[in-house]
Amino acid sequence: MPELRDLYQEVILEHSKAPRNYKEPAHTNHKAEGYNPLCGDRFTVYLEMDGDVVKDIGFQGAGCAISKASASMMTQSVKGKTKAEAQKIFQRFHDLVTGHGHPSEAELGKLAVFSGVSEFPVRVKCATLAWHTLEAALEGKQENVSTE
Amino acid sequence: MSASTVEAVAGFDVEKIRADFPILHRQVRGHELVYLDNAATAQKPQAVIDAIVGYYERSNANIHRGVHYLSEKATEDFELTRQALQRFVNAAEAREIIFVRGTTEAINLVAQSYGRAHVGAGDEVLITAMEHHSNIVPWQLLCEEKGAKLRVAPINDRGELIVEEYAKLLTPRTKLAAIAHVSNALGTINPVKRMIAMAHAQGIPVLVDGAQAVPHLTVDVRDLDADFYAFSAHKMYGPTGIGALYGKAALLEAMPPYQGGGDMISSVTFEKTTWNKLPHKFEAGTPDMGGVAGWRAAIEYMNGIGVTKIAAHEHDLLEYATEVVGRLPGVRIIGTAKDKASVLSFVLDDVHPHDIGTILDQQGIAVRTGHHCAQPVMERFHIPATVRASFAMYNTRAEIDALAAGIRRVGEVFA
Repeated sequence: MPELRDLYQEVILEHSKAPRNYKEPAHTNHKAEGYNPLCGDRFTVYLEMDGDVVKDIGFQGAGCAISKASASMMTQSVKGKTKAEAQKIFQRFHDLVTGHGHPSEAELGKLAVFSGVSEFPVRVKCATLAWHTLEAALEGKQENVSTE
Repeated sequence: MSASTVEAVAGFDVEKIRADFPILHRQVRGHELVYLDNAATAQKPQAVIDAIVGYYERSNANIHRGVHYLSEKATEDFELTRQALQRFVNAAEAREIIFVRGTTEAINLVAQSYGRAHVGAGDEVLITAMEHHSNIVPWQLLCEEKGAKLRVAPINDRGELIVEEYAKLLTPRTKLAAIAHVSNALGTINPVKRMIAMAHAQGIPVLVDGAQAVPHLTVDVRDLDADFYAFSAHKMYGPTGIGALYGKAALLEAMPPYQGGGDMISSVTFEKTTWNKLPHKFEAGTPDMGGVAGWRAAIEYMNGIGVTKIAAHEHDLLEYATEVVGRLPGVRIIGTAKDKASVLSFVLDDVHPHDIGTILDQQGIAVRTGHHCAQPVMERFHIPATVRASFAMYNTRAEIDALAAGIRRVGEVFA
């Protein structure tokens, strides 16, 4: 049986209480909004792209502990990365939380704390909301993103 | 016996009732199931399950068609449920009960049939700020098509309708009012009898969304003087996929059909089709006959216990839950109307309802978390979502103690 502590790891709880990069960067040139109507989670992801590189990133919004911690740790993991690298990280993260494939801890770094999500299928959308929103912002899409 | 297990309603044996519901005896995630999501759907007693099985084992045939024995038997059974429903809501005639898939379809039927015939450009449809999406969206679709306007009567901070504002919104432009009897998100019981009288004083017909009322209150459509009353079987211990629209015969008679097909016609030629009489005019196609059989068993089950006793037991549970959950640190109850039925909606400090739902689920406690298909209600209270515990006749004070313990566990995880 899955354990609550697998899902609500200390790192996740800590990020949900004190999210990093919780701001709109001054030189934002890409942004997207993500919404999960099921639980009302709503985030905006802001990017300052320098050519192909995520020079700065921030997010704002409201959501559950999983979605907020995921957004917070996402901003740390993709800052300074190229668009292609960021997309690659999302792919590995997605595999991790859906229980598909087995990305190594080396590939995921700190994001490995989200491995418990795969035991709670209804929470996958919480964990991936900010990432889908990031993807839309990277693509420069204007429309809102929904995980429903 | 501890104080928390004393049942307050005389002659109401909750353990005996629980024994009739097989699902209540299963384990969930290693714990005894504590099912507090009854406003979403209620569990089914063995009698309902047996009636559905029995229908297919002994009676199945298409209704209103064959001349053979089984068809006759199936038709008779089907109509017996209609009569049972007529008595259950005290309709004047059985033909005023139209079988539909559920409350949602009942409301859509009225919007598309009555609404399209009577609502035009510049007209208004009046709803309240506590409606379920199913009593908002059908009217939005209608208003968009007709160039009409949807007006919304506001609610106060306790989640009660502001009756004076509702009164102001009843105008010569209002062609219909559509109001919840009981709010699914807040539990508020609306003063529908008074609201209907106010609308009727200006010649405005009223549809009542009774989905959350029929399991908990004695409903008398003639006493209320409701023009339409929509409700579902599955919230009153019956099967899913079947519901009813009550409508005053004179209104239903004058309305065009909703869907075309078999059973709803009197004769068909390629030049002209004449409609069948009530209630068949609104019952195109083969209905959910097994569901209808199960629904009758649910009505008989509720009648056997007594709606008044059920209501008293649930009222005791709600009061107890309001007290024990309400005093937990960080809990804020959303929906504190004076008149409430069976719903305890709340938020907890900074913990998102979705996280609370997961932690409660790990202890076998089923609650609803989210906006409860009532996003405007959430906006009214400036919250994204709530946790909703909703009670049925088989719930106990011990289960509410388990809920309170579960909420304390949330506090520990998020400490």
